[in-house]
Amino acid sequence: MTDLTDLGIAAIRDGVRDGAFSAREVAGAFSAAVEKGRALNAFTVETPDHALAAAAAADAARASGDLKPLSGVPLGIKDLFATQGVATTAGSRILQGFEPRYESTVGASLFAAGAGMLGKLNMDEFAMGSSNETSAWGPVLSPWRRNDGGNAALTPGGSSGGSAAAVAARLAPGVTGTDTGGSIRQPAAFVGITGIKPTYGRCSRWGIVAFASSLDQAGPMARDVRDCAILLEAMAGFDPKDSTSLDLPVPNWEAALSGDVRGKRIGIPREYRIDGVPAEIDRVWEKGIALMRDAGAEIVEVSLPHTRYALPTYYIIAPAEASSNLARYDGVRYGRRALPENGNLTDMYEATRAEGFGAEVKRRIMIGTYVLSAGFYDAYFNRAQKVRALIARDFERVWEQCDLILTPTAPSAAFALGEKSADPIAMYLNDVFAVPASLAGLPAISVPAGLNDEGLPLGLQLVGRALDEQGVLNAALALEERAGFTARPEPWW
Amino acid sequence: MSVDAATVRHIAKLARIAVSDAEVGALAPELNNILGWVEQLQEVDVEGVEPMTAVIPNRLRLRDDVVTDGGKRDDVLANAPGAEHGFFAVPKVIE
Repeated sequence: MTDLTDLGIAAIRDGVRDGAFSAREVAGAFSAAVEKGRALNAFTVETPDHALAAAAAADAARASGDLKPLSGVPLGIKDLFATQGVATTAGSRILQGFEPRYESTVGASLFAAGAGMLGKLNMDEFAMGSSNETSAWGPVLSPWRRNDGGNAALTPGGSSGGSAAAVAARLAPGVTGTDTGGSIRQPAAFVGITGIKPTYGRCSRWGIVAFASSLDQAGPMARDVRDCAILLEAMAGFDPKDSTSLDLPVPNWEAALSGDVRGKRIGIPREYRIDGVPAEIDRVWEKGIALMRDAGAEIVEVSLPHTRYALPTYYIIAPAEASSNLARYDGVRYGRRALPENGNLTDMYEATRAEGFGAEVKRRIMIGTYVLSAGFYDAYFNRAQKVRALIARDFERVWEQCDLILTPTAPSAAFALGEKSADPIAMYLNDVFAVPASLAGLPAISVPAGLNDEGLPLGLQLVGRALDEQGVLNAALALEERAGFTARPEPWW
Repeated sequence: MSVDAATVRHIAKLARIAVSDAEVGALAPELNNILGWVEQLQEVDVEGVEPMTAVIPNRLRLRDDVVTDGGKRDDVLANAPGAEHGFFAVPKVIE
């Protein structure tokens, strides 16, 4: 019998339906893998009972002929999602002890579709980071190692680093992630899996700990494109509790999946060729271009003139929104409280936040507070919102020439823990290719496309028009079918 | 523009984060570094450009002005570090 943890979402769903194995066996196999994989530090909480209860319900549903779309599928849930009765910390000390009394809309939708939860996934604190090193609970280790025989601990990327490591190490067949400026796509690229950020508004933000509300989007991460389509169908949908939720029907993305991209025009933006990017990134990009051409797509050179301003724009808007969103952590309503002896209310706020937030979160709150403060609002925040409009307009114009954009996902392969943590801007540059689509709210996916000379995965990104997740998924499938990426990390954990 | 120690203390005060002298010393160059880097946006011509207000065209919905939720005092207080007599409890505010 095959190892059940080698199966993805579609294979588990179909196998449970066909009676090849029981949902209980699947839940048991993955829960055991989660336990065995503790050295990766991918999970902050393990919930085998949740997975098992959903599996028992799936087995009963099969017997009674009531199977649901995700019956028998156990998932990992990023710790940014509020989970009823299960600790939710967003990777921060300030939320230590917080057990929500409610379920996020996306989580509730997944569970209503029959999925179970294996546990909560470690992440950068409040999703602020690109390496998982800002987590209050310690960094996640990538299951991958360089092929130089050394055992350097590598980052799985961030902020959805626990999510990425769990899928790559076969601790979960699929997971939820969130993406504010690349937090699904960059980790997916670093560990050789697939992850899609849908159009802004597709997935409800209700019950997801807020970082930058005009950018935050949930999305799935899994082993392949089909599995992402299946999960996204269950995660997306209108939610009256989120004021920016899109009131649109959810397409049947899986049913309409097709790797046929003949006649599609794939744009290659010249501004994404930037100095200082290693040759291996150019090589994988060229490979992707060749594969798409081979698939019958038309390759078009295009221009997105404001690309170079995307990252600085993001690092005004995201911290500004974060400084506002994170004002709620005051030691009054939830999480930790620090109260100096004889301290007054203000002392309590200041001590709670000084003690509860890590260095990167403080840095971003301070930047956000500064750019929103009297006298600087126009020079920074308002100007950034104007440049953001120009970045979105670049995409609007480029869709007259092409249907999709193909770029590298990240400017490097996974780096070693500690390698970039001393320089915030060097860390921010990780998301240079991911941030423009976030600022414009567009659907974007990362697909594994090959290994570099060190044996580490490299990903390619496809960006599509707003609401064209189908086009993005289909082109990603064409790439996946031709890239033939089958590499997986050698278990050492 | 450059952020000095006094400005760092002022921002920290606005953000309600206690900072030590050592932290102020470290934060000033860090914040300057980041602010210096985002300064490049000043070179973009934004004449006549409206600031973005919605990522994806959408309209704010209105719903009927009726109660849709409530009666959850215990749930609301369940995670409070201090809760007394059905209220959030904080240090004395009025002398």
